[in-house]
Amino acid sequence: MKVTFPYMSNSHIAITNILEGLGNEVIPPPKPSKLTLSYGTKYAPEFACVPFKITLGTYIETLEMGADTIVSTGGVGPCRAGLYTTLQEKILRNIGYEFEMITFEPPSRYLKDIIRNFKKLVNKKVSLVEIIKLIWFAWEQLTLLDEVELESFKIRPCEVKRGETTRAYRKIVDIIAQAKNRDDLKEARKLADKIYSSVDRYEDVDPLKIALLGEIYVVMEPTANLEIEETLGELGAYVERTMFFTDYTINNAITDLFHLKGDRDAKKAAVPYFNEMCGGHGRESVGNTILYAEKGFDGVIQVAPFTCIPEIVAKSILPTVAEEYGIGFLSISIDEQTGKAGIQTRLEAFVDLLARKRKKKREEKIA
Amino acid sequence: MKYYLGIDLGSVSTNLVVIDEDGQVINEVYLRTKGQPIKAIQEGMKQLLENLDSDIEISGVGTTGSGRHLAGIMVGADAVKNEITAHAIAALHFEPDVRTVVEIGGQDSKIIIIRDGIVTDFAMNTVCAAGTGSFLDQQANRIGIPIEHFGEYALRSKTPVRIAGRCAVFAESDMIHKQQAGHNLEDIIRGLCEALVRNYMNNLARGKEIHPKVIFQGGVAANVGMKAALEDALGCEVSVPEHFDVMGAVGAAFISEDEVQKKGKTNFRGFEISDTNFKVSNFECSGCPNRCEVVNFHMEDKIIARWGDRCGRWKNIE
Repeated sequence: MKVTFPYMSNSHIAITNILEGLGNEVIPPPKPSKLTLSYGTKYAPEFACVPFKITLGTYIETLEMGADTIVSTGGVGPCRAGLYTTLQEKILRNIGYEFEMITFEPPSRYLKDIIRNFKKLVNKKVSLVEIIKLIWFAWEQLTLLDEVELESFKIRPCEVKRGETTRAYRKIVDIIAQAKNRDDLKEARKLADKIYSSVDRYEDVDPLKIALLGEIYVVMEPTANLEIEETLGELGAYVERTMFFTDYTINNAITDLFHLKGDRDAKKAAVPYFNEMCGGHGRESVGNTILYAEKGFDGVIQVAPFTCIPEIVAKSILPTVAEEYGIGFLSISIDEQTGKAGIQTRLEAFVDLLARKRKKKREEKIA
Repeated sequence: MKYYLGIDLGSVSTNLVVIDEDGQVINEVYLRTKGQPIKAIQEGMKQLLENLDSDIEISGVGTTGSGRHLAGIMVGADAVKNEITAHAIAALHFEPDVRTVVEIGGQDSKIIIIRDGIVTDFAMNTVCAAGTGSFLDQQANRIGIPIEHFGEYALRSKTPVRIAGRCAVFAESDMIHKQQAGHNLEDIIRGLCEALVRNYMNNLARGKEIHPKVIFQGGVAANVGMKAALEDALGCEVSVPEHFDVMGAVGAAFISEDEVQKKGKTNFRGFEISDTNFKVSNFECSGCPNRCEVVNFHMEDKIIARWGDRCGRWKNIE
């Protein structure tokens, strides 16, 4: 069995480790590229969203590399992501690929399916303790990856030489990816500190604070959002993302298992404006805008795939929320046609807008 | 007296202005980019120099427009700024109480909302260029009316016809259809202006509160027909500033002034760059499946900048 799965941010590092530990040959998905998107665009329905196209393209790339099993997640609710695997399986079979699609649905309703699916992926003699250890290590690895990414957001706006933080961050990710045990991770943590501390920074920088929110795939996968975090960081802004892989797993899969609501704060905050469930992260986008305004952020940027219903609903509510809470708001919609130059111009203008707004606010405070 | 140079390297036109420290526009050049940005800037610099007093020294230079980075590297810009900020700054300089800026250029259009002297919201056209200058230009050409007189025809119309303005291709076929049906030219041209304004309102102004004072700038503001259609749609007076077609460049010049005051000196390479040999070469990077087309920018025989790579592998020139 040769297993593959969709690519999202750094998660492939840990997922590969788990699948290998369970005795599978793994075909790790390559980082999405123009080629990935061109495969996806060729075979996906035109108005499918960009995460659908990227993941479909990734499957084609990995099937070509010899994969025969695809592992992915499903979902419930109006967001189309819940139907991705079913539709993608059909499309791929029509093209002529043969493979098995294993879909993990939310645990609260499909616990039995999850256990059955998981058993399919256990292909060597391995004890329950070993499995738990394996998953625990993967979790620690992911947590560290999220940590160093967050640190890169803080360092980037202060860097003296543009691009240095990004290079340091990439180096660190490679080191963490090589880790085989907890000692390696500890060592990687130390190395990360060392590498980051060698990045030259300006001392007295008070960067603009911008939160990135919207649909999970385009928020989390830099190649899908045309490296928006990097661009903003290099424009001198501190960017906080509303979603990280580990948070997301706790907030959705784990809480769901115990029938708890994930992202409760964001959902609660959204109630006066958006009280209906519309799938995806529409409600969280509205709620998080309020939470970040209260935290003193200067602006929020909503990134959403073109035709994403939950985010379209949120987009119509967000200008009102942003105005009432006095926080800057910019919405960017992404599909395979989106060009980097257009986004660059809008981001630059947005950063200017926020900088002037902040300056004025502070002048008023003094006066 | 100190003088500042502003350059707006746009898709259709390249504009250069020189302003003095009181904010007066001393000289301006407006020319077509014609797909050759390097040549356009060199030509523009030459024309600018010809009409400039020889004792004028440039204390700072700013660039804007879609080619701002290229222009910035060529001239040694002190400030490289996006078009939205540049247009807003220029508008605010001439009309401090402006609250809405409508800008329609060659291939893009923008709306900028200003409150109490700061930009609070903006939008740029995302889907297509149907409502912009190059389409008007093309239609004027097709009908055989010089673009300068296009607007006057629109004003003479008594009963404008309705043209479908959502898409340039459909608008053109709709115009031809109306011509063949025997409507007169004035009414069709007025109808076209209205369609373009409708398109603008739907694409950019949707959901934004437009308050007077409204300023209309960009090359299309020369068209009195468009101005009239815009006033109809907004229900208020729209004013066109004196330097409407070079406002982006004016804004860039102002921004460079601020920047130079902060920095203390300018990086301007001088007017000699119009005789310097600039050229570009490119190659496809084979580092990953993205296969980025990387551009080398040469000044004489030296590579002074590189861009086009998504990962940053080539960007830094050590």
